Formats: sequence, C-alpha cells, structure tokens
Amino acid sequence: MQQIFNFVFKNSYRMLFLLLMVIALLLTIQSHSYHRSKIISSANFFTGGAYKMTSNIEGYFNLKIQNEELAKENARLKGLLFNIKDSTKIPNLDTIKGVKKIDIVIAKVIKNSYSSQVNFLTLDSGSKQGVQPEMGVINSLGIVGVIENVSPNYSTVLSILNTESPINAKIKKSNHIGSLIWNGKNTGFVQLTDVPRLATVRKGDTIVTGAQSTIFPENIGIGTIEKIYVDNQTNFYTIDVKLFNDMTSLGHVYIIKNKETQEIINLEKKSQKDE
Amino acid sequence: MNSAMLFNVARFILLLAAQVLIFNNFNFLGYINPYPYILFILLYPVNGNKYGLLAASFFLGIIMDLFCNSGGVHTASCILLAAFRPSLFKFSFGLSYEYQTVRINDTLTPERFSFIFLGVVIHHLTLFVLEIFTFDYFWNIILRTIVSTLFTTIICILIIYLFKPSKR
Repeated sequence: MQQIFNFVFKNSYRMLFLLLMVIALLLTIQSHSYHRSKIISSANFFTGGAYKMTSNIEGYFNLKIQNEELAKENARLKGLLFNIKDSTKIPNLDTIKGVKKIDIVIAKVIKNSYSSQVNFLTLDSGSKQGVQPEMGVINSLGIVGVIENVSPNYSTVLSILNTESPINAKIKKSNHIGSLIWNGKNTGFVQLTDVPRLATVRKGDTIVTGAQSTIFPENIGIGTIEKIYVDNQTNFYTIDVKLFNDMTSLGHVYIIKNKETQEIINLEKKSQKDE
Repeated sequence: MNSAMLFNVARFILLLAAQVLIFNNFNFLGYINPYPYILFILLYPVNGNKYGLLAASFFLGIIMDLFCNSGGVHTASCILLAAFRPSLFKFSFGLSYEYQTVRINDTLTPERFSFIFLGVVIHHLTLFVLEIFTFDYFWNIILRTIVSTLFTTIICILIIYLFKPSKR
C-alpha cells in the first residue's frame, strides 16, 4: 500500500498530465462523432453573453447592407402579395387551426465561423423562443445550416460549411436528388455528391433543398452549378455549387419550425418496425 | 496573492479576451488565424509551480474550446505545450536553465526566438492534426500549420515588445 502511495506521489505530475490529456482527447473524439459534445459549445450563458456583447457593437458596421437585404426581401414579398387575385383580401392562415405547417423564429447571428473543417454559428435565440435541435436555419438568400445545441437564450448552428453531415438537395429543373457536403476548401462553394449519371446537369442550373428532409421545406435556394465532375469509382456526378449566400457575412436569419416533423419521424419509425 | 500571481491572472484574462475578440476574426485567406493566446503558457514564470501551469493550461484551452465550439482541440494542444515547456527551455537555453534567470519577456535573442518558435510549432501542429482528424487532408494540415505558425510567432514577438516591462 505504501508503495502505491509512493508511486502516485512520485509521479503525480505525470499522472496529472495524463489525466488532463485523456479528458481533452475524449472531448476531441466526442466532438468528431456525429452527435456533438453537449458540454463544450458556445450556446451557454457565459460565451453566448460575451458574443452577444461584441455583436451589438459589430452590428453597426454593416447596418446598411443588412437594411438593403431586408428591403429587397420586403419588396419581393410585397410583389407576391400584390399579385394574388384579390389584393385586399390577404390570406390569413392563422385563423384556421392546423393549416399552418411551418412557423418561423427570427434570430441574429452573434458569432460566425468559417475557418475550420466543421463550422458553427451562434444565434441569439434559444429554447425560450421555441428553438429546438434539428431545426433548419435559412436567410433571405438561401440555407445557412441546422440547429445543433440549444440553451434558454442562445443556440448553435451546424453551418452548411462542414465536412461531416450532408444535407438533402436536388436539382430544381430535373428533380434529381443528391447530398450536399463541403470539401473544406472554399467558403463560397459546396459540393453536391451522389447525383446519378442519368441526370441532365448544366452549368448555371439552380440547386434547391429536396423534399426528403424533414428539416427544410422543399425548394429553398442553395446555389447554382459551377463545375461538374464525374467520380471514376462510383460513376456519380460531383457538382461544385456556388452558394447564393455569402457565408462569411451573415446578419439576421430565420429558424424554421416544421410542426409535422415529429409526425413524419414517428410514421417512418413505425413502418420500419413493421417490416 | 503576490504580484507575480496577479500578473499571471491578468495575462490569462487579457490574452484570452484578445484572442476571442480580435485574433479569431483575422481569417487571413479565408481560414487562417493566429493564436497568440498561448503566450500565456510561454511567459509563465520559469520556476513557477508546474502543477499550476498544467491546470492553468487546461482551463485556458477549455475556455478557448467553449468559444470556438471545437471539442477538446485547444485543451489538448495547450496541455501538450505546457508539458513540453521544460524540454524546450533545456533545448533553447542550455541544461542549467533553472539556475540562471531566464526571461522570455525581453529583447529578442536567438535563444528566445527558438523557444517561442518551437513552442508555437508544437501547439499548432497538435491543434490542426486534432481539429482536422484525418490524413486525407495532410497537405492542408501542413499548410495551415506553417502559415499560422509564422503568423502567431510574429504577433507573439510584437506583443512581447509592446508590453515589455520598463527597465529599472
């Protein structure tokens, strides 16, 4: 017993080092697996608060661009509104319960990142505003990412600029689906993989979100085709997609709450069980 | 609490704040950032408590990870740097470094430069290997390490010169 104590005492520095290193490596490995670390994330009071403070100051620098973007979007929506048959009668979907399938929460990006292989944004709304993990995040130009972690007042978003988890997407013209992933190189481009060779793809075609995903509604813009490669091993197309969004400057975003997600997931689970 | 300890605490907070608020937003070429917050580990007093250094590096790293959403990447590389520090001292300043008064926080000499440079290389190589975590991107890891190392070393030296305690 004495010898054990002696050993521990003698090597205490080395053991402290090993202990801390093991903790750090565990956290690293955990963060590389699909379900991310819940402990180490910037959606907490301390880091979220710090980012919110700085974003309050930084917000002034690009007020003009943000205003322009909002005005453009307003104009587009007004255009839609005035072109319906009876412009005095605005369709009010709220009045009939259950009709409204999708709800939108507005949020502001208080921390943006695009320099690592898997990037996260931090938003200033959280579970108090009804945000939950696995919700889609878009802005007026196109998709931004998927909610990852949520705290009462903040949430983190797994950006589309990540090399790990793909998003379902399709070519608007031909309805061929593929999965959207990033190769970690250029922040302006993401890659659409697994597009069958049958598909007719042309440079300049629009890529939108597919109908398979329960996270995003169908037909939200992503980008346009820039370059087309053929994967020699699988004979699928890999397409470079030029994003509509400039992921390096994001202001206000919308979080999409699909009320029927749970229903779809439950139904799919049930049918898998029946098989 | 003596003044050396106070200096350390102040350095810890100030460097961390500067890193999160300023240096993380550099994004040179779109994705390359300097990481001068490791200056805390390099400038820790030579004959200070080594357990204290290890624990402080751990907390420094984990706070960086909280801000960067990066799991335990910064933590691991900070601890490794802290553990390598004695051998770096031995390499740069000679075997008997403990008996002479080594001050990093002073005018640049080849010894001081090699100490800072090697420390930065160790930290950055671990950081990017763990962050990218696959050897498919081998050249990417090397490129990031080289450019970030140059960047961080220059900024570290600038910071040392800026805040050099005045000679009495």
